[in-house]
Amino acid sequence: MTATSGVASPFGVYVHVPFCTSRCDYCAFATWTDRPHLMDAYVDAVCTDIGRSVAAGGHPEATSVFFGGGTPSLLPGASIARILAAIPMARDAEVTVECNPETVSADLLTCYVDAGVTRVSFGVQSMVDEVLLALGRRHDPASVERAVALARAAGIGRINLDLIYGGAGETVAQWRTTLDATVALGPDHVSAYALTVEAGTPLADDPARHPDDDDQADKYLLADEILGAAGFVNYEISNWARPGQECAHNLLYWSQGDYLGFGCAAHSHRHGRRWWNVRTPDRYIDLVAAGGSVEASAETLSPEVRRIEGLQLALRTGQGVPESSFSAEDLDELGPLLEPGGAGVRLTREGRLLANEVAVRLR
Amino acid sequence: MAPLERFRNLCIIAHIDHGKSTLADRLLELCGAVDPREMRAQYLDSMDIERERGITIKLQSVRLEHRGHTINLIDTPGHVDFGYEVSRSLAACEGAILLVDAAQGIEAQTLANCYLALENDLEIVAALNKIDLPAADPDRYAAEIEKVLGIPADEILRISAKTGEGVEELLDAVVERIPCPTGDPDAPLQGLIFDSHFDQYRGVVSSVRVVNGTLTTGSRLRFLQAGAVHDADEVGVRLPDPTPVASLGAGEVGYLIAGIKDVGEARSGETITTAANPAPVLEGYQEPKPMVFCGIYPIDGDEFPSLREALDKLRLNDSSYTFQPESSGALGFGFRCGFLGLLHMEIIRERLEREFNLSLIATAPSVQYRVHTQAGEVLIIDNPSELPPATEVDHIEEPYLRATILTPTAYTGTLMELCQARRGDMIKIEYLSPERMELVYEMPLAEVVTDFFDQMKSRTQGYASLDYEPSEYRRSNLVKVDILLNSVPVDAFSMIVHKDKSYGYGLRMTEKLKELIPRQLFDVPIQAAIGGRIIARETVKAKRKDVLAKCYGGDISRKRKLLEKQKEGKKRMKNIGRVEVPQEAFVSALRLDD
Repeated sequence: MTATSGVASPFGVYVHVPFCTSRCDYCAFATWTDRPHLMDAYVDAVCTDIGRSVAAGGHPEATSVFFGGGTPSLLPGASIARILAAIPMARDAEVTVECNPETVSADLLTCYVDAGVTRVSFGVQSMVDEVLLALGRRHDPASVERAVALARAAGIGRINLDLIYGGAGETVAQWRTTLDATVALGPDHVSAYALTVEAGTPLADDPARHPDDDDQADKYLLADEILGAAGFVNYEISNWARPGQECAHNLLYWSQGDYLGFGCAAHSHRHGRRWWNVRTPDRYIDLVAAGGSVEASAETLSPEVRRIEGLQLALRTGQGVPESSFSAEDLDELGPLLEPGGAGVRLTREGRLLANEVAVRLR
Repeated sequence: MAPLERFRNLCIIAHIDHGKSTLADRLLELCGAVDPREMRAQYLDSMDIERERGITIKLQSVRLEHRGHTINLIDTPGHVDFGYEVSRSLAACEGAILLVDAAQGIEAQTLANCYLALENDLEIVAALNKIDLPAADPDRYAAEIEKVLGIPADEILRISAKTGEGVEELLDAVVERIPCPTGDPDAPLQGLIFDSHFDQYRGVVSSVRVVNGTLTTGSRLRFLQAGAVHDADEVGVRLPDPTPVASLGAGEVGYLIAGIKDVGEARSGETITTAANPAPVLEGYQEPKPMVFCGIYPIDGDEFPSLREALDKLRLNDSSYTFQPESSGALGFGFRCGFLGLLHMEIIRERLEREFNLSLIATAPSVQYRVHTQAGEVLIIDNPSELPPATEVDHIEEPYLRATILTPTAYTGTLMELCQARRGDMIKIEYLSPERMELVYEMPLAEVVTDFFDQMKSRTQGYASLDYEPSEYRRSNLVKVDILLNSVPVDAFSMIVHKDKSYGYGLRMTEKLKELIPRQLFDVPIQAAIGGRIIARETVKAKRKDVLAKCYGGDISRKRKLLEKQKEGKKRMKNIGRVEVPQEAFVSALRLDD
């Protein structure tokens, strides 16, 4: 790990960890349950890939690093440490690892802290047994409490809890239980996502379990109410943080910042060019071994597309967009969905629920 | 043997799927007309649609040789939509083979065509087909044919077109029983055109029966009804491959190519004569009369010019449909089309889609109403949205049919129920045999065009058959039901219905649209109304949320593309009463209504 001082523009590194012990039936991410034997080779390939990227130059020090998945906490702590050691990092970089509550131990978390991890994000999803079961998750609320306590004991300063709402059968009361229990755990950041039906997942093939829009709207409002009352500020549609605890890495995404993705299926962005790596870990390992490019495909945004994309992303955040981004007619039609604030206008609570409707009117 | 004595002109009268095409295949083989290596099933079926659906609307005519005789085999369309075509084919013949499935018995349409043949003094050779089937019951159905047509049961042949059994005997019976044609070879030319189709290389190819005189290649012809003059570029016979001949004499059947580009100029029933020595018109010609109407729209609005071109081109091939441009708030620009019947409508639409590569949507079929206004005018209306406001209408008349249904007796009850529900008046009910029944009803055509046939088939496991003929216009208690979206009428769903059924229609449409109209930023009322009176209402509640998923680094491109697509989609939405509706919603609503 290299450390330098001085203020540089933010730069992110994303590392994709495509392994899980079981697959949730709503998940469309690039992850596999049948290839744990690839883990070592995969970590080697990621380190090699990072090494080559650094050697090629033009690799600023990372102000944020994010291990996502899959289940990054399935990797041995030493592997996380090896990868982090390969990444040039700014001194106060935010380093997040996504963890499943049932997979962490005191040793693992201590290892993280020693390697420079500053933040963990637990996939909590719910604090109600039946709901977790229905979602196909393998942990229980008690293991979440245990995991949070372990993280604190290990000295991890920042903790995010990820929640999912609106799964089939989840009552509003159960959701309230989850929110209250989440607040009680004292995280500094909460992400709450409406369960979304992704094409190609088993959930997509089972319409009877598809979420109901009105139910999810009610639950969103409830989340905003409870989290707001507990001192969390909504700073992006699905994200709430205590002031100052916003996720720097995500903010980088939403402000069209530059980042490099390593590992299979990882996405990168630099100066208006977006590209993504081959999808499977097997391909990724082979290509790195062969010394070839791991890029699967890319797109270069025209200045106009980049401008609109910037507005679309900013609209999702508390920053909002200039009022001139909408026609007078649309402003009139959107009425209660927008309010003055941030860069000009931003989404109200009702507006956040209908962000796409608003975003398609950006100009 | 005098020249005419060796000719036999006959047609086949058979119900769809009673084995007409298979019999034709056997006859071709037996008479050595087709090289065995080139033989294929349903050889004479002319359209892909026919071969695919396994139905034959009309076979090509063919000339066969059997034991020193020349047999001209002419087909009759096996569907009620084409009754007029049947009558022209019959007029070209002296006899007919009645082909009946030995496991199903005679069907209503076949019976009607047979009566028509008998009225035209045609000699009928009846044959029960498919005797190889385990379910065949030839004795029973022979008795039935004897009862309804008076053909002695012991004269009815028993064949299997599939195995070939009895087919030779059938040919012998044809030669023996059907009289040879008559005609004056020295009289001025009178030829009857009984079929025309468009060939993309040759133009219109017409089937013609020379009634009197001689049709000579190269002669200058006058088409009497069309009032046009054309040269006989080629005269020939189908063996079944087209084979030119120098001339066709009185009593003969063949084809004529006269450099015509539009089948409308050589319609069934047309009389041809020589320009130099004209003869009078033959009787029985009628202009094709559309009975069923609907709007046809391209699903992609950009395809409107292609649709116009396709309708123009297809009409060269089938002049019996009509079309004129119309526009709809819901569906954009399209055409109001008129057809001989429901099957005709389906075929034309399918041919437009298939042969011209178009995606189309049709509005619910309508009939032609006579609207008597308060001012004493009579308006002919086939598009519900053209109906004047109720206050200006004195009364409305609608076309009625005389419908004949043949059915196994077990289904009599359910069919009577169906006919009654469709506002039918019973005219006659009679046993054809202990197992089969004939029902005759007077019924509004509008009730028949809305899935009556499918209902009849499903209630009777497919055993009942239907024939109908137009009867008269009758005054009915009809109203127009409008469907309103956010208080604005959606023209494509306006419908003229009997008052007793208006509530049901309104309820059905509002419920259906509620499922199909996407939620908007505000509540959208969907109403059914007669004039100013609302008879049904549903509400599409305001949309409260759209996608609230995670937006992670790898999701940015996807999300942007999704929004771009949504934006594009928004542009293509139809805007009715401030409600944005994807055209697909209207399309689905119309499809569900089928």
